[in-house]
Amino acid sequence: MERKDLTCIGCPMGCTVTVEFEGEEVLEVSGNTCAIGDQYARNEVFHPERTITSTVTVDGGDKPRCSVKTAGNIPKDKIYECMKLIDATRVKAPVKIGDVVIKNVLGTGVDVVATKNVS
Amino acid sequence: MTSYDIVIVGGGPAGLAAAVSARKAGIDKILILERDKELGGILNQCIHNGFGLHTFKEELTGPEYASRYIDQVLEEKIEYRLNTMVMDISNDRVVTAMSKEEGMYQIKAGAVILAMGCRERPRGALNIPGYRPAGIFSAGTAQRLVNMEGYMPGREVVILGSGDIGLIMARRMTLEGAKVKVVAELLPYSGGLKRNIVQCLDDYGIPLKLSHTVVDIEGKEHITAVTIAQVDSNNLPIPGTEERYTCDTLLLSCGLIPENELSNKAGVEMNPITSGPRVDDSLETNIPGVFACGNVLHVHDLVDYVSEEAALAGANAAKYVKNGGKEEKGSHIVEVKATDGARYTVPSTIDVDNMEDLLTVRFRVGYVFKDAFVSVYFDDERVQHLKKRILAPGEMEQVILQKAKLLEAKDLKTITIKIEAE
Amino acid sequence: MYDIIIIGAGVTGSAVARELSRYNANICVLEKCEDVCEGTSKANSAIVHAGFDATNGSLMAKMNVRGNELMGKLAEDLDIPFKRNGAMVVCIHKEAIDGLKTLYDRGIANGVKELKILDREEALKLEPNLSKNVEGALYAPTSGIICPFMLNIAMAENAAENGVDFHFNTKVEDIYSDDEGIWHLRTNNGEYKTRYVVNAAGVYSDVIHNMVSENKISITPRRGDYCLLDKEVGGLVSHTIFPQPTNLGKGVLVSPTIHGNIIVGPTAVDIENKEGNNTTAAGIEDLITKANDHVDNLPMRKVITSFAGLRAHEASHEFIIKEVEDAPHFIDCAGIESPGLTSCPAIGEMVGEMLKEKMNLEEKKNWISKRKGILNPTEMSVEERNELIKKEPAYGQIICRCESISEGEILDAIHRPLGARSLDGVKRRTRAGMGRCQGGFCSPRVMEILHRELNLPLEEITKSGGRSNIVLERTKGTNGGETA
Repeated sequence: MERKDLTCIGCPMGCTVTVEFEGEEVLEVSGNTCAIGDQYARNEVFHPERTITSTVTVDGGDKPRCSVKTAGNIPKDKIYECMKLIDATRVKAPVKIGDVVIKNVLGTGVDVVATKNVS
Repeated sequence: MTSYDIVIVGGGPAGLAAAVSARKAGIDKILILERDKELGGILNQCIHNGFGLHTFKEELTGPEYASRYIDQVLEEKIEYRLNTMVMDISNDRVVTAMSKEEGMYQIKAGAVILAMGCRERPRGALNIPGYRPAGIFSAGTAQRLVNMEGYMPGREVVILGSGDIGLIMARRMTLEGAKVKVVAELLPYSGGLKRNIVQCLDDYGIPLKLSHTVVDIEGKEHITAVTIAQVDSNNLPIPGTEERYTCDTLLLSCGLIPENELSNKAGVEMNPITSGPRVDDSLETNIPGVFACGNVLHVHDLVDYVSEEAALAGANAAKYVKNGGKEEKGSHIVEVKATDGARYTVPSTIDVDNMEDLLTVRFRVGYVFKDAFVSVYFDDERVQHLKKRILAPGEMEQVILQKAKLLEAKDLKTITIKIEAE
Repeated sequence: MYDIIIIGAGVTGSAVARELSRYNANICVLEKCEDVCEGTSKANSAIVHAGFDATNGSLMAKMNVRGNELMGKLAEDLDIPFKRNGAMVVCIHKEAIDGLKTLYDRGIANGVKELKILDREEALKLEPNLSKNVEGALYAPTSGIICPFMLNIAMAENAAENGVDFHFNTKVEDIYSDDEGIWHLRTNNGEYKTRYVVNAAGVYSDVIHNMVSENKISITPRRGDYCLLDKEVGGLVSHTIFPQPTNLGKGVLVSPTIHGNIIVGPTAVDIENKEGNNTTAAGIEDLITKANDHVDNLPMRKVITSFAGLRAHEASHEFIIKEVEDAPHFIDCAGIESPGLTSCPAIGEMVGEMLKEKMNLEEKKNWISKRKGILNPTEMSVEERNELIKKEPAYGQIICRCESISEGEILDAIHRPLGARSLDGVKRRTRAGMGRCQGGFCSPRVMEILHRELNLPLEEITKSGGRSNIVLERTKGTNGGETA
């Protein structure tokens, strides 16, 4: 059996939630004060995911950088790899919000898209 | 002198939402004056996500959230002027503005909406001892440099203050390749949102040291190191707890201050706690026809509430204009007060006869409370008693008041919001 | 080869340079920093002292009173603001009341005009926020306030306009004279030769002096912490309020500044490090306590910045302005501590006359005595301002919102003689960044203007020269990534 302590972000309480698990099976969630904490812990313990935001270099635009995000969550352990790809990306103006900047980043099925219009 | 029905000072989230709302209320001649080169205000540099869950039921980045409102302003053909600084507002609503193209000029406004936002508390106001080298930034200035201009302040970072911008910048600097060594917070609790502590600090293994402050800054030309120390209950450094961190960047996220220079010039009465105007339930200041909303009124933690508040200011300014600028104040004015752990309320007064059926009163608490009650008193009678598992200064709270209840209460003079143990 | 080299571009060096620029001579100022006004001159009380403080018969007393006299005309010629707001030395202990009379007598003997002793009521009437413990005060109406940056910059600019060379980032490392009596100054930027040297090196004036003389002198940096308060509370006092002096100096004053802030300070701590202008928690605490002794309702929550300055203290507490005995043609201006700012026009005059005589200098026919300052659009009418913006649209773009400074003023500061090359350079010339947000809003914008106007990469823009670069590098690596 393994244990992992997590801080619930469901509300400002920030309960420390302890998850006990065996392989991929959750045995017990404790320390939470409500159902949100239980749910959060069960998702977070095996498959923590995050949305990544950053900027990419723009050529020929009215701004030097265009902000971007992963259009959905990607696995937390892919953050740095994803940042490497984003850092290495240049786009040409014009760019519109939603334009795909990197398709299916790292095979996650999630695109990196522009979050700003650059003309 | 040209005239407009409503002049809105500031084209950030508050100004944009106020403009759209005033237009929807049927006002024709609206003008937004924005000092920067684009609309959207501070949202343009807030490239992280987490905006709009309340307003749009989806998670947007700052620029995306701004564009939703900018698109509406464009669709509604609301007039705006960029690179334009408002220099003065008179107490009879003459707005003096200036730009390269138009020089200095005056506009007569039927109503004015103050939406100038806020600014960061600088190092100077924090009395941090030490040298005054390059490499010290308020977190928001660094955010602009990194996210909009595309420049890194440095590679080894210490952050003082755990306000949301500081937390967000800890993650940003890390993702952009810097090493954030520590976040020090003077208070025994963080001023930022819990999710930001987890997702910006914990995710990246950045330590948060509560009850700590910077006691020395080294480096004659460029910052080379800072020393932080633990503080006692009076916020004074405890000798012997000093820890030195070498760094090339110090970011400060130590509070936001509503930017009310113009409000002061206009003679707007201020609330010393919020450093923003005192307003009534229509978000009108003591000067007839001058309304305030967003961070210039009181500092918010969620932009969604800024938009909501600004929409109300826009609608009320529209009502004022449509009434031909005649005040329509009732005779029954109730004071709203915050005591016993509640720090302030917005609004400060309620015009019972003219109030909305449901009125949101926003407030903040002064300390962290666990398992406490938010109580609303009509004079000496407790009329609401809501149990809260947690109340924290970093999170804005609200109570809803029903007009019917206020009308029922005879000779009601004061509504008080208190935090009670039971 | 130069006729005269002046070491140091603070107020003393710049005043001397301006005075000497009247004459046909080849003059150069060497400054180790990237701009004028980088040492003692940039961090002091900004007071033009009346002159009741210095010992009777001292050179310090003479220079102080003469400097005060000259300041009005000088400020007018240089187009910089100066105001005789008057000073009050406040007595709060009955047993010390005789001290006011001592000070009064000293002032009269020094030649200070219009001095007057006030009783408690008169003092409170003049300054309602004085401590309620006030027993009496010495009132000196000739005392004034000035912007030390503007004074220093204006004198240097005027000197430059009259042909004086200024070499910045040039640190004198060694000095020797050759067989012909020519001085050789070895610097990080090569060797300079000159017939005469003026040592105006502030806290380093001992180091420079000791390079040429066997009669060693020692300058102790005496650190003073200051706090500057928001203009919002600028009306707290209208006169410069001093406590009664002690042997460490004039004590912690509370004064309006020429720009409408309130300044509180300085402390006085003798230190070893000539670059040790860091503030300390103890220092700030000390000055707050002391200021509260003499002024009530001091709103310390309104502090917008704190800083420390180093006074160039010489053990005898006297100005040393003379040719060094065992180093002919080498003139010291050493130990120029307070009232050095006040005295600088007089020191310039004195050194100017000294060298005129020694070197047989001839006056230029076309010496330019007046200098035009950077425009202050806030003093213009709307019509004048619009006229200006029509001609120069940059005056219509506000860059520093706190102090209401336009791009036009910043461009002027960059492009005039000895123009600004850093954020601090722009700040000291225009006040952009000196307001309550302390550059949070305008610094990225000023950086962009410097980058554009000086044609320098943004990474090379500094706060104040040297290694004070503000940003390190572009995000996304040097090449900013590959095209997608």
